[in-house]
Amino acid sequence: MTGWLSRRTNARLALGGIALVCATTVGCGTALYEVPVETPIPAKLDVSAFQRVLVAGFVAGGADDIDTNQETVRLLRSQLRSKSELRVIDADVMQLVDVAQEQNKAAVNDASPGDGLTIRTSTEGTGVTALPQKIKDEKDLEPYDRLFANTAYWKRIGEEYQNPLIVTGSVLFTPRSSSGLVTRETEVYDGLGRRRVIPQRVYMERKGFMLRPKFVFIDGRTGATIYSETRREEVLYNAQQETPALSSYFELMDRIVPDFLGALSTQKIKGTRVLIK
Amino acid sequence: MKLRCVPFLIAAFALSTSTAFADNRDEARSQVDFGINVAQRGLWREAIYRWEKAVELDPKYAAAYNDLAIAYEHEGQLEKARKAYDKALELDPNNSQIRQNYDLFKEINDRVAQQKDKR
Repeated sequence: MTGWLSRRTNARLALGGIALVCATTVGCGTALYEVPVETPIPAKLDVSAFQRVLVAGFVAGGADDIDTNQETVRLLRSQLRSKSELRVIDADVMQLVDVAQEQNKAAVNDASPGDGLTIRTSTEGTGVTALPQKIKDEKDLEPYDRLFANTAYWKRIGEEYQNPLIVTGSVLFTPRSSSGLVTRETEVYDGLGRRRVIPQRVYMERKGFMLRPKFVFIDGRTGATIYSETRREEVLYNAQQETPALSSYFELMDRIVPDFLGALSTQKIKGTRVLIK
Repeated sequence: MKLRCVPFLIAAFALSTSTAFADNRDEARSQVDFGINVAQRGLWREAIYRWEKAVELDPKYAAAYNDLAIAYEHEGQLEKARKAYDKALELDPNNSQIRQNYDLFKEINDRVAQQKDKR
């Protein structure tokens, strides 16, 4: 009887011991919990002095397939309406190429030693750089940068709209083509019918578009530039693929817009992290 | 007689300190548990309060520092988050989970630092 009791006690103790070890293992074991996090990134600019924003217009060039100035203004205004606290001013889109051309003409006439009555059409001998009528590449855009430095002009625009933050700049949207070796993933099946994906270098002709916007942020109270930022993105498709220019434009703008918004308002970067017990 | 008491007193002291340490660790664990619970429901400020308490109670609790770093990150307190991650990795350098969290955080932190430099 005693032997039986002690055997039972021993068994109980053993079971208790196992349970204790299990509990300790579970208790000491690391438990992980994946949680979504949203890290706020502060805005690049302090725009607390402004209640309103005027997306004025852009010096646009490149492909004729779309009206890049109109599309850029429309897209930025709608993004700012939904994702920033600034009130977006609805105004006609400014044709800044024409504005720059007029300013240039005035500068030419001011600089020319003529009789003051003849209007000069050439910049020759005046020291003023001519503005290309048709903007095809980045080089053509460069002389237009003068327009953004014209504080008197932007101050006047600012006064007209009651001193908002002014967003302007230039946008170049041009067709691109490229040919060469690219890495593509190809499916292969071995003797046993098993599928594998292997990278393969193949020669390809591709075409697409390049988008290079320069965003200039101007203080409407002073006309001075407070910040500017240039981005460059391109997309290339198989040469046989017919992708409309407007789709490519929006595809490229999609990559750029978060950065643009990040200049004006706090952006949240979504991700996941693992909490540990 | 007095000398005979010394080992007993030392043992009693050691026992009481280890009990206090165990109590602190237990309390820190329950704070971490509670913090996880509220963080999962989106109450990150409450979670921060709990995890700050946990690291106060047990300054060698790497997981608590990791969780605290995540909460600071969520609240946009990136400098505090970096310090907490550093501490977590100092205490548990081989923990791949902490390392992974830190790498993801670092990507964002570097981006913000670049922005500040541009300004």
